[in-house]
Amino acid sequence: MCFTENFWSLLIGGLANGCLYALIAIGYTLVYGVLRLINFAHSEVFMSGGFAGYFILEAMVGSRQPTGVGEVGLALIGIVGGALAGGLVAYLLERVAYRPLRRRHAPRLAFLISAIGASYFLFNLAGKEFGRDAVEVPVTFTGTLFTVFGAQIQSYYVLIAVSAIVMFVFLDRVVALTKLGRGIRAVAEDAETASLMGVDIDRVISQTFVLGGLLGGAAGFLFGISAGVVYTMGFTPALKAFTAAVLGGIGNLRGAVLGGLTLGVAENLPSACVGASWRDVVAFGILVLVLLFRPTGLLGERLGRSA
Amino acid sequence: MTEPATAPATGEQRPRPSATGLLAPAAPTKRRPPAPERPSAWQRLKANRNFRRGFACVIGFLVLAVMLGPEGSATAPLSGVTSSLFTPRVLIFVGLGLALGLVMTAQDRYGPQIRRASDRVTSVPRRLLPDRRARYGFYVAALAFAVVVPMHISGYWQGVLVQQIGIYVLLALGLNVVVGFAGLLDLGYVAFYAIGAYTAAYWSGALPVHPPIVLNMFWIIPFAILAAMLAGVILGTPTLRLRGDYLAIVTLGFGEIIEIVATNLGGFTGGAQGALGIPHFRFNLLGLHYVWGIADLPYYYLLLGFVVISMVAFWSLDNSRVGRAWSAIREDEVAAEASGINVLKYKVMAFAIGASTAGFAGLLTASQISYINPGDFTVQVSILILVLVVFGGMGSIWGALIGAAVIEWFQWFLQVHPLFGYQPQDLYMYLGALLIVMMIFRPEGMIPSRRRKREIGLAEHGVGTADALSEPVGQAV
Repeated sequence: MCFTENFWSLLIGGLANGCLYALIAIGYTLVYGVLRLINFAHSEVFMSGGFAGYFILEAMVGSRQPTGVGEVGLALIGIVGGALAGGLVAYLLERVAYRPLRRRHAPRLAFLISAIGASYFLFNLAGKEFGRDAVEVPVTFTGTLFTVFGAQIQSYYVLIAVSAIVMFVFLDRVVALTKLGRGIRAVAEDAETASLMGVDIDRVISQTFVLGGLLGGAAGFLFGISAGVVYTMGFTPALKAFTAAVLGGIGNLRGAVLGGLTLGVAENLPSACVGASWRDVVAFGILVLVLLFRPTGLLGERLGRSA
Repeated sequence: MTEPATAPATGEQRPRPSATGLLAPAAPTKRRPPAPERPSAWQRLKANRNFRRGFACVIGFLVLAVMLGPEGSATAPLSGVTSSLFTPRVLIFVGLGLALGLVMTAQDRYGPQIRRASDRVTSVPRRLLPDRRARYGFYVAALAFAVVVPMHISGYWQGVLVQQIGIYVLLALGLNVVVGFAGLLDLGYVAFYAIGAYTAAYWSGALPVHPPIVLNMFWIIPFAILAAMLAGVILGTPTLRLRGDYLAIVTLGFGEIIEIVATNLGGFTGGAQGALGIPHFRFNLLGLHYVWGIADLPYYYLLLGFVVISMVAFWSLDNSRVGRAWSAIREDEVAAEASGINVLKYKVMAFAIGASTAGFAGLLTASQISYINPGDFTVQVSILILVLVVFGGMGSIWGALIGAAVIEWFQWFLQVHPLFGYQPQDLYMYLGALLIVMMIFRPEGMIPSRRRKREIGLAEHGVGTADALSEPVGQAV
């Protein structure tokens, strides 16, 4: 097979991408859990994270090139900034594009249309306000840290892996242990009953958006480090992350992580054979195949028991 | 936003709601007397409905001010916002926002009177519509208008009329079958448009691969329709079994993929350069010869004919057994299934009809412009078509027609007269905002289908669904 010679580096590159897909997929899965809706505007949450991280770092770095520990510190700041921006955008999104419709018990079609409208509004607004050319984040993380089976592990991959794992654990604990997590699980199980039990549904939904937005925004910054930040950056990764969420079983948080990693690898290996320009097509093919043969995903849908 | 991080410790070990739980609510009742003064001025203001509405209106108009303001750049990210908010110009927008808030408040108070007055005007067509003569008179007048007026407008507008308005009216009519009649969401409608265009290019010999025989454009019509329909069935059948929102995202992905495939498969599609030299329509029968050249007007009449045919076809479809099945599925999928309607069949049918209309429109575009490339078929074209349908009114044929005509006309009007600082590259920002605004304030569209409007109203009161996006019957998915 054509991917055997570079197998390990393709695998590791795929896993790194997969971590990012997983971070975004969690946003889809959380919102799906509480609202039973695909948040089409999640791609713009991701994009806003990339821009926020870029602007913060640009303001801090100026013209000198950071190295070593400084670079790691800046990356952390960028991740936090991206996450906060993502959370903010997700909150506003829920407030403007979803809540008025929810108040009115609008048909689901209306939610989807409103969300896709929000997505187009946001990324084109970003294009207008921040320019339409891709910009490069001032930290690069290009050095090779060590070698595994002949595959060079870039420090970028380590950064992604470490920060993604930290965020996965954080989210898992939040959903398992906190009051918010219990609210999310209760609303996912049965929103009406949950509200009778005293769960403030509006609040839980709002905070669920924010939680997904935090992770999506952070992923946006991490993605921007290697791919650059541009106003249209959200579309493709978000589509793939949705594929990942379905692959793992939508509504299922661990499924989203597993699906993300699986998709990252599964799209990277064949692209060595057919060329990188077909990578998106491979990912889309995976989505269609999953929907055909296992629409409940690898781990199954566990709405309500989403932790 | 940091709440979740600070809360964990207390989460699980909260004391049982036994003694303390019962006592806790009792404590505040003792301090009841001073309670009436509790809400501060700000809280009272926040609870005031009119204030909230006015506030929302002003915020909305401030966003509009930013949208219409100057551009920013990556080096000065806030310059666009600051230079549109910190100028005297912003006062106009604040004033407009306040005015809108006032109007809405007035409508609250004088709503019944206003509605009665406006009903007197809007009920004229409704009273006349049952009168068959009046209705046909209107149709004939509209058709005469559509035939005569284009002869007397400038070349620019004739071009717009064919390449933008005409084609997009056809596309909107087709998407209206999917979104409006069947209540499904198709976000990759452009894919079928592209398939039609590339099929036309293939059979006319304009692609790098050559067909067995080169056909006249009229003979290609069935091929283009069939190819798009086939693609619709292949994509729709597996996806329409699942939840409705899966269809939306699969079609969105398909719309994106089709552009990539058309670009990458250079050997077949001509790659990024596209296909050149697609022939025009030509008529050659019984000694009559006619070639539709590069002039716009002949194409306009061809298009007008096809638009009228599809309007009649879709109208009769909507009023047939099929249309009734669609509305049954929209209103209550479970009941429809229980009454013996094959839900999947009718959904696939709607999807395929929509797809084939797009395929046909693709053929017309390809032949008229005689040049296509993958850049013509980006996902955002599907969003534009969706806006046309949503603006006009989902499920309303006249809505699709007039919505498409108005938005397309306005877009190209702004192209020549850039009012209010409009810039063409911001088009999709405005369209996105329009989608949100429509969904919040007028989900049934500008010229609503009466049935659809009632369905949406009922759905908001918990009766039925008004779309076909619910979970399918009898499946665990």
